[in-house]
This record gives sequence, structure tokens and C-alpha cells, in this order.
Amino acid sequence: MLGYIVRRLALMLITLFGISVIIFVLLRIVPGNIVDILFDAAGFVDPSDKANLERELGLDQSIVVQYLHWIGGLLHGDLGYSYVSEKPALDEILPRIPITARLAGLALMFSAAIGIPLGVLSALKQGSRLDYILRAVSLSGLSLPSFWLGLLILMASVSMFGTMPIYTPNPQSFGQAVAIYCVPAMAVGFRSAALVMRITRSSMLEVLRQDYIRTARAKGASETTVNFRHALKNGMLPIITVLGIEAAFLVGGLIVTETVFNIPGIARFLVEAIRWRDYPIVQNLVMFCALIVVLANFTVDMLYAVFDPRIRYND
Amino acid sequence: MSAINYDVELRRAGAHATRGWRKYKYMAGRHVLGTIGLVIMVIFVLAAIFANVIARFDPLEVDSVHALAAPSAKYWLGTDAFGRDVFSRIIHGARISLAVGLGSTALGGSIGVVIGLASGYLSGWVDLIFQRIIDILQALPLLVLALVMTAALGPSLENVIIAIAIPLVPSVARVIRANTLALRELPFVEAANAIGMSEMRIVFRHILPNTLAPLIVLATAQLGSAILTEASLSFLGLGIPEPYPSWGRMLSESAAEYVRTAPWLVIFPGIAISLAVFGTNLFGDALRDILDPRQRG
Repeated sequence: MLGYIVRRLALMLITLFGISVIIFVLLRIVPGNIVDILFDAAGFVDPSDKANLERELGLDQSIVVQYLHWIGGLLHGDLGYSYVSEKPALDEILPRIPITARLAGLALMFSAAIGIPLGVLSALKQGSRLDYILRAVSLSGLSLPSFWLGLLILMASVSMFGTMPIYTPNPQSFGQAVAIYCVPAMAVGFRSAALVMRITRSSMLEVLRQDYIRTARAKGASETTVNFRHALKNGMLPIITVLGIEAAFLVGGLIVTETVFNIPGIARFLVEAIRWRDYPIVQNLVMFCALIVVLANFTVDMLYAVFDPRIRYND
Repeated sequence: MSAINYDVELRRAGAHATRGWRKYKYMAGRHVLGTIGLVIMVIFVLAAIFANVIARFDPLEVDSVHALAAPSAKYWLGTDAFGRDVFSRIIHGARISLAVGLGSTALGGSIGVVIGLASGYLSGWVDLIFQRIIDILQALPLLVLALVMTAALGPSLENVIIAIAIPLVPSVARVIRANTLALRELPFVEAANAIGMSEMRIVFRHILPNTLAPLIVLATAQLGSAILTEASLSFLGLGIPEPYPSWGRMLSESAAEYVRTAPWLVIFPGIAISLAVFGTNLFGDALRDILDPRQRG
């Protein structure tokens, strides 16, 4: 087990290193840097000013030196400075993390609360009309673009209440807090809920075919006991995997949702930074996303061993 | 993993029950949702091919007199802020969605197939290196990777296709690798080896055809997510550039400001995206039910 964990951690480091190289190179093959953009906007400028600014930002150095500088700083907790605001990147990123984390957490809770019961229901009524409808609904959840769902919700709220939920850092009432967090969380969580529902259904169907379920029925266990204590408990593994992976990948969905609802989280910040070629922000945010994904994968694998005692990572 | 006998699975799904047209009718009856999906896909392909005939107006023609006109007999789905006909733009947008969807699925699929075959058949250090690359590509959400790549490559149709194709590579490579590992041990590969067939020939003539079914299932699922990703990228303003009528971009132009005044600008392009993706998902689901019995519920 210990050997497995050590090896996994080593692979995680390799993955993160690979991401850092790819992102760094990708961002620098773009023709034109922030200095060009700023000076293009300003019209004619003295070339020496431009060279000065490039030197100040370290853009005149070779790409290898720039990379080592970044990684060296990263290991010391120094993420560099945002080109746009000129504040430390860490100070720009940190306050936005809780906002996105709250949305992601709510979205996950929503998807588990909706997806698991409906998935169980769909599996228990396999082949029925209800099953068909639930399957179609879950497929539609995977088909609706989350930004469109967000726009529809805004539209509905305008026509019903005459106003739309606008993000404020300090909600005045509980209702307002619910509106600014739960509504976007549902918009982004609908997809995850659909995914969880599909996985729950297929996992339940798989488990319900097992011999021990027949045994449980044969010994006279009630339907509820069979379905929940025996079937769902054993079918939880794939559901946990999906929830874990979704937790990490929700950033992707939140990029558009935060944009639609105008929420200043890290996902929208990433898009803004990309538009501004604000490399220090982009590369650190991407590294942060990768770190979350890698850690989520690791946690899911560890949870496997906890939930299924048959799994032992020993080689 | 045990190899799947596709002949048996197809027969169970009804493919061999009868012959000719009745065969398709029988399959359609057994897979109603899948058939609906196929019909939707066909409609979208036809709309894309015959866009010039179907569209009632030039999708790029600006007509400020009729800006933001509500849906009417003349403008079926209304007009946008520049007076461009929304219906014509949606029909032409099918071309963009289809081009990006098919282009990136084909490109990502081809790269994934080559990596998967090499990794599964050659094993050793080739496998090790490819596996690490796959790990790296999988450590970022699709949209994040695609976003950074379009930013790096610049916005154009080709670059959007590339930016969406690369994140699709890992899952194809993994499926092909797993299948290749299983197939490599089967007697027919051993036999091909024994008669001195070249490795290239074994891989492409004997192993690849046997991985086609799971590949098709996966590609259909990826087609849907490629279309969605293109819409998201264009919505964020980093995808297909103007003046192409991309569905995602139509929504970004209209976004929150027209929610009150011109709801048709928000509703119709979204329906187009959702329907196209829903169709591919329905069809893909039915395909998976037929071809991949392990997943069958």
C-alpha cells in the first residue's frame, strides 16, 4: 500500500511537471505578448519604453530562463505578478477560490441529491415508461449547454420577478445568498446530476444481477433492505468515482456559468486572464486546476480501497 | 477484458433477424430513442449541406432597418442586433458545428488510434511515454485545455478544430490500448506473426478492424462533446471568429443584455445546440447498447 502511494505521488509530480511545461510553452508560442497589446492600444510609442517594460517583466529573457524563474518562484510560494493589475498573482487568485469552491460544492451536492435517487429509481423500474423518461431527461442534461441553461434561468427570473440574481460579495439576506449561489450551482450541476444518474442506474443494474442480491431476497430481506443496504451500498464505487472526477472537472463547466452569472470566481478569471495574455495568472490557474484534478483522482483511488476491502494496492 | 463477439451482439440487437429494409425497420422499432437520435443527426447534416438552399437570407447580410425584429412570417426566428436573419444564421451555423464536430472527432480519434495501437502493441518504453502524455492531457478539464490552446493558436476554424481534438485524444488512446492489449494475446495475431506478417500489417489489418466497434461508440459520444465545446468556446468569444455564424457566438452576442428585449436571440440558437447534441447522444447511446454489452443495463 505504502509503495503504491509513493509511486502514485511520483507519477503525480511527473504529470504536474508535464502540464507546467506544456502550458508555459503554449502561452509563449502566441505571437504578441502583453507589451505588444498594451502598446498597440496606445498607438505610437518610443521603442525604448517598450524594451524597458519587456525587461521589467522578464520577457526579454530566453524561454528556459523564464520557465525556471516561474517554477523556482512557485516552489517558494511566489506566483509572480499579474501583468494587468500588477498585484501579486497569489493575492489575485486566493480570494476568488472560495467563491468557485462554494459553487462547485453546491453543484456537487445538488447532483448527488438529484442524481442518485433518480438513478436508483430508474434502475428499479428498468424498462418502464418512467425509466424511459428519466433516461431521456438525463441525456438532455448532457446535451444542454450550461451557459444556455444559465441564460434561460436568467430569462425566467426576469419574466417572473422582473429582476435577475446579481452577484454581490456580501449578500444582504439569506434569500439573496441562495439566489446568487444556488441558482448558478444548479445551472452547472444539472449536467453532473445527469451523469451521476446514468452511472447510478448502470451500477445498480450491474449489482442487482449479482448472486448475493438473490441470496438476500431468498432469506426474506425486505425490498428496501435489498435495494439500499445490499445493492446501492455495493454500487456506490462508480458513483464515488464520477462525483470525485466531476468535483475536479466542474471548473470547466463553471467557466461559462460564472461568465453568464457574472460571478468573480477563478473560472471566469481564467478566461479574463487569457483574453489579456496575463501569463502569470493563466499559468498558475491552470496549474491549480491540474493539481485539483490530480488530487481528486488520487483521493478517489484511495477511497476505492476504503469502500471495497477486496481492493489492495500492493504491487 | 474478454473480447466481444460483435456478430452475436448485432444479431441480439436485431440486425440479422430479417433482410433488406425490414431489417432496419425492425432495428428502429427496437431502438426508438436511437432512431430519433439518428433522424435528428440526419436533419442537421442535411441542413448543413443544403444551407444555401434552405436559408431564406444571407446569414451575413446586415440590415439595420430590420434590427431586432421579432419572429414573423418574413423572419421566422426574428433578427439580431444587426438585422441578420436568425433562422438563416442557425442553418448556416450547422455547417460550423458539423465541421468542428466531425473535424475534431476525426483528428482526435486518428491521433488517439495511433497512440493507442502503438502503446498497446509495442508496450515497453513507447507505452510508458505515451501513458505519461495521456496522463498529462487528462489532468485538465476539456474546456480549460481547449481554451488555452485556442488562445495559443489564435481564433480560426482550423485552430478550434485542433484545440478541441487534442483533449479528445486520451480517451480514444485508452480504449484502443486496452483493446489492443486483449487482442494481442489472441490466436489470430499469433498466427499472423507465425507466417511472418509485418507488424505494421498485423496492427492495421488485423488489430485495428477489431477495435472499430468501441471506437465508433466513443467517437459518437465525443461528437456531442466536441459540438458543445465549440459552442462554449465561441460563447466565450475565443472560438470561431466573426463573421462565421457559430451557434455559440450567436449566444454570446445576445447574452444577458437581450434576455429582456429579444428573447428569440437567446432561445433559438440554444435549441439548435441542444438538439444537435441530444441527437448524437441518443444515437450514441443506442450504438453503445448494441455494440458494447458490458455497459448494457
